[in-house]
Amino acid sequence: MLSIKNLHASIEGTPILRGINLEVKAGEVHAIMGPNGSGKSTLASVLAGREEYEVTEGEVIFKGIDLLELSPEVRAREGVFLAFQYPVEIPGVSSTNFLRTAVNQVREYRGLEPLDAVKFLTLMKEKMKLVEIDQKLLSRSLNEGFSGGEKKRNEIFQMAMLDPTLSILDETDSGLDIDALRIVSNGVNQLKSDKNATIVVTHYQRLLDYIVPDFVHVLYNGRIVKSGTKELAMELEEKGYDWIKEEVDSKATV
Amino acid sequence: MSTLIKHETLGEMLNSSSKGFEKARAEGKEAFENQGFPTNKSEEYKFTAISKKLEQSIQNYALAESFEVTAEDVKSNLFEGYTGDVLVFTNGHFQPNLSSAIAGIEVSLLSEKSDTPVGSIAKPAKDPFCALNQAAFTDGIFISVPKKAVVEKPILLLNFNKAINGQVIQPRVWIEAGDFAEVTFINHTVNLSDVTYFSNKVTEIKGGVNSQIRFYKLQNEGKNVIEVSNTETDIHKDGRFSSVTISLSGEMVRNNLSINILGSNSEGNMYGLYLLNGKSHVDNHTNVDHTVPHAESNELYKGILADHSRGVFNGKIFVRQDAQKTNAFQQNNNILLSEDAVVNTKPQLEIWADDVKCSHGCTTGQLDEEALFYLQARGIAKDQAKGLLLYAFAGEVLEHIRDESFRKYCTDLVQDRLGSKF
Ligand SMILES: Nc1ncnc2c1ncn2[C@@H]1O[C@H](COP(=O)(O)OP(=O)(O)OP(=O)(O)O)[C@@H](O)[C@H]1O
Ligand SMILES: [Mg+2]
Repeated sequence: MLSIKNLHASIEGTPILRGINLEVKAGEVHAIMGPNGSGKSTLASVLAGREEYEVTEGEVIFKGIDLLELSPEVRAREGVFLAFQYPVEIPGVSSTNFLRTAVNQVREYRGLEPLDAVKFLTLMKEKMKLVEIDQKLLSRSLNEGFSGGEKKRNEIFQMAMLDPTLSILDETDSGLDIDALRIVSNGVNQLKSDKNATIVVTHYQRLLDYIVPDFVHVLYNGRIVKSGTKELAMELEEKGYDWIKEEVDSKATV
Repeated sequence: MSTLIKHETLGEMLNSSSKGFEKARAEGKEAFENQGFPTNKSEEYKFTAISKKLEQSIQNYALAESFEVTAEDVKSNLFEGYTGDVLVFTNGHFQPNLSSAIAGIEVSLLSEKSDTPVGSIAKPAKDPFCALNQAAFTDGIFISVPKKAVVEKPILLLNFNKAINGQVIQPRVWIEAGDFAEVTFINHTVNLSDVTYFSNKVTEIKGGVNSQIRFYKLQNEGKNVIEVSNTETDIHKDGRFSSVTISLSGEMVRNNLSINILGSNSEGNMYGLYLLNGKSHVDNHTNVDHTVPHAESNELYKGILADHSRGVFNGKIFVRQDAQKTNAFQQNNNILLSEDAVVNTKPQLEIWADDVKCSHGCTTGQLDEEALFYLQARGIAKDQAKGLLLYAFAGEVLEHIRDESFRKYCTDLVQDRLGSKF
């Protein structure tokens, strides 16, 4: 479904991603871990189409299409969803209007009828249950004054509404208490199928008890330096990243 | 003194007025002659070179005559669903036969109320255009809302303008609301010509004790209009005055809006939105004068500027020594959509009392790129995402319009503009 080959990206002339290779197949869950500043969010942003990042080398093929050619909105309509590490507060834009505009533009692209107010509301109610999000939140401006946990839940709620094929969750677990974590993971797991795939970016092994990954990758200095299974996450939790850094750095000097 | 004042036809205009108010007109003329048109050294008109604009465009200082419009014209220019009353003007001349007779409210030609103290609120010495209007105003209108009258529906001042190239329109409005009166006015001008003309309007508003006055204005007369508008209000004890000024076009527009807070526990609110494109130039100069303790003023002006447009905001808050416990808030935010658009914004606070709460802030920036990306990442087309964000920005001002039909009318205009042009 997703094939990233030798992806290099920089921001304002500074290289951040230095040759990422990653293959994601339908039905899989990939976890990406790594120390702060290693480039995890950058990778997520580049996949979602953020224009500030300049791709200098490499390719990204998504469902057979050159993803890097597409605008962010077309990527979203094709089925790429990014749950932001820091969801943006947008005063004055009502959550409901926003979501209805988004859902209908995505549907139109996919050749589906637009949802009228009633059908939209029905869908919304159904998906709200999934992440136990309060109706009151959705009558407010988008993310405005939401707590950290509410913002993260709202991301997963939007994901449920937009029905993506590739979901990239950027630290959706950070700052969640255990109850919220359960709710969010539960939502993600229910949306999982053999037709879609999930990339979870996280610092904590804890999340992977709930969203069980098929593969775990370690991103360091803009490269995937180690890949393994969920046991790798356990090892990282226990030992930290220093041993990996050492491994990489010693290889580099040989 | 500017050379313009020697302009022959201007002199003629100043001398030709004949509709009463000899003393007031003489005072206006004197005040105008003392001030002259503002030069480029004038602090008050620093960013708005209106004299130059007038010199280029106004060849003939002749007052535009009234002309005929039909009841059908009036009807077709009302906002959808509008149920309030209408007072009709053509080139600034009141048309009683097309206007509603509003139950319980006195409406007359200003010339029929010759004891009206014109110039006592908007003083001619403060501004040359205010003086020019007082020297040679077209007959104006007098509106009096009696004590305790609560006018549920708004009163629309519907102006039809159809000037000949280079003509001048000088309307004058006097509004008084008695103690405990409540009333809403909507100012709307329909421009029937596409020539350049100069509209120089003065509105004086006197609010009684505990009166509630709302004053809305939509400026959308097209890209050729040169306009100066002086609006000044006295508010007294427990009174409240709220204005909303929406400016969508104009070659050069200058709004002087002043509130004199003369009684305690009163409130003055000023909201404004300017949404400009092309070469439009809109300048809002506001002034709140807190003269007594325990009063409040709130001010929010927002601008969205595209193309080569220019916005000016100058917000003066004056808190006199006696005006302890004043709360005064001011905010001006601008979004520039083009590198050629310019905003000059300046808060001007003069605070002589020591126990006050005053805050002000101004921002000028581009559209929030992060917010834009967030919306796009959810599948919303870039143009539409921009429109959503800009409309959200503008909405904070529009929401202060209470009358639903007028708010809807303005909202549609704004959304149209944000969807199509930007
Ligand atoms: N706008 C920017 N300008 C310059 N450098 C940037 C910019 N944005 C990110 N970076 C740098 O790029 C590197 C990667 O950042 P990124 O946010 O992708 O890291 P991350 O792995 O997601 O970290 P974290 O775990 O803290 O979320 C960091 O060194 C960061 O400082
Ligand atoms: Mg990150």
